[in-house]
Amino acid sequence: MAAIIKESSDRASRKPYINPYLGGAGMGLVLTFTYVVMGRGMGASGFYGSIASFIARLFAPEAAGQNIFFQKYLDPARAPHPLMDWLVFEIIGVLIGAFISGWLGRRLAFTFYKGPRISNTGRFLFAVGGGMMLAIGAQLARGCMSGQIISGAPLLNLGSWIVTLSMFGAGYITAFFVRKEWR
Amino acid sequence: MVPLIPSGVLSESYGLLIAVISGIGFGFFLERAGLGNSKKLVGQFYLYDMTVFKFMFTAISTTLAAIYLISKFGVLDLEKVGFVPTYPLSAMIGGLLLGAGFVVSGYCPGTSVVGAATGRIDAMLVMLGMFLGSFVNALISPLVLGLVNAGGMGKQTVYGYFGLPYEWIVGAIVLVALGGFWGATVIQRKFAAGGVTVTENNFAAK
Repeated sequence: MAAIIKESSDRASRKPYINPYLGGAGMGLVLTFTYVVMGRGMGASGFYGSIASFIARLFAPEAAGQNIFFQKYLDPARAPHPLMDWLVFEIIGVLIGAFISGWLGRRLAFTFYKGPRISNTGRFLFAVGGGMMLAIGAQLARGCMSGQIISGAPLLNLGSWIVTLSMFGAGYITAFFVRKEWR
Repeated sequence: MVPLIPSGVLSESYGLLIAVISGIGFGFFLERAGLGNSKKLVGQFYLYDMTVFKFMFTAISTTLAAIYLISKFGVLDLEKVGFVPTYPLSAMIGGLLLGAGFVVSGYCPGTSVVGAATGRIDAMLVMLGMFLGSFVNALISPLVLGLVNAGGMGKQTVYGYFGLPYEWIVGAIVLVALGGFWGATVIQRKFAAGGVTVTENNFAAK
């Protein structure tokens, strides 16, 4: 593993990303396959909910059982065990697939991205804080970019299209206010 | 006959195997197209890189067309496909937070996993934020319950809501996407020429 990462981390040998239309079409075929076999789409935010619910039940079983957020993930009708959830296994697949692609493209590296006017610490705090906003947004939206937008929009789900439009709108407004992070 | 598992054609016990296979495809194509890289992801909102829009709307249009065709020919039973009920107010506010969180963190919940798998430290911290945020969700869930469940419309499609034929909406979305791809390319060319300020950093070369 260390050899793979070392060999792959030389930035000069990186391969370019593929065309977004080709990537998007590949994604569309994977998603169609999932709908045809499973009758459901992809997701991501539910993975975090399942893991958090598992941890909560481990340390405070009673409180977790009474909380409506954790109850959804701890429901035996959803999964026999919170770690046996469909989205947990899907995300394990995402880690494997992304690692293979990054390795083939020689893009494995312990790096991070930021603009010139923000410190490393500042960027890290924004990453954690932004992640928390995403989690809360996903609870209200009943899914994230994967579950509501990429998977829900092709079903012409009205709620998914509301999430899509408000997500893009808020993104452009927020970009102005956090321009010191990136520009 | 299709979807295979909900129709009983394929045993439910294959579900988690399918989850891993679908996930591998999902992660592979996201990383291939550069969606595990916050420089490219936020480029959508500073207009110098339109990969997010192009990838997202190609994926949506491909799946939209495929699902339309296979359900039209009676192969896919749409009644057996999972469909999230519409709660417009909660969807709008949740969408606003998702958009803000996307630009602030540099990733979305799925692409942070992709970035983390290839070693991106900022993506790993977004995953940490998502875990912490899940506990915040638990704390606030009784408070936001009223908002989350306000104005439920049940299973609501766009064509059902506007009372238009399914195929019209499919055609309109594909046409708007194609027009959008052309527009996005023009915008990207203009704004990328102004210079891209985001850089890839590591601790060693500080």
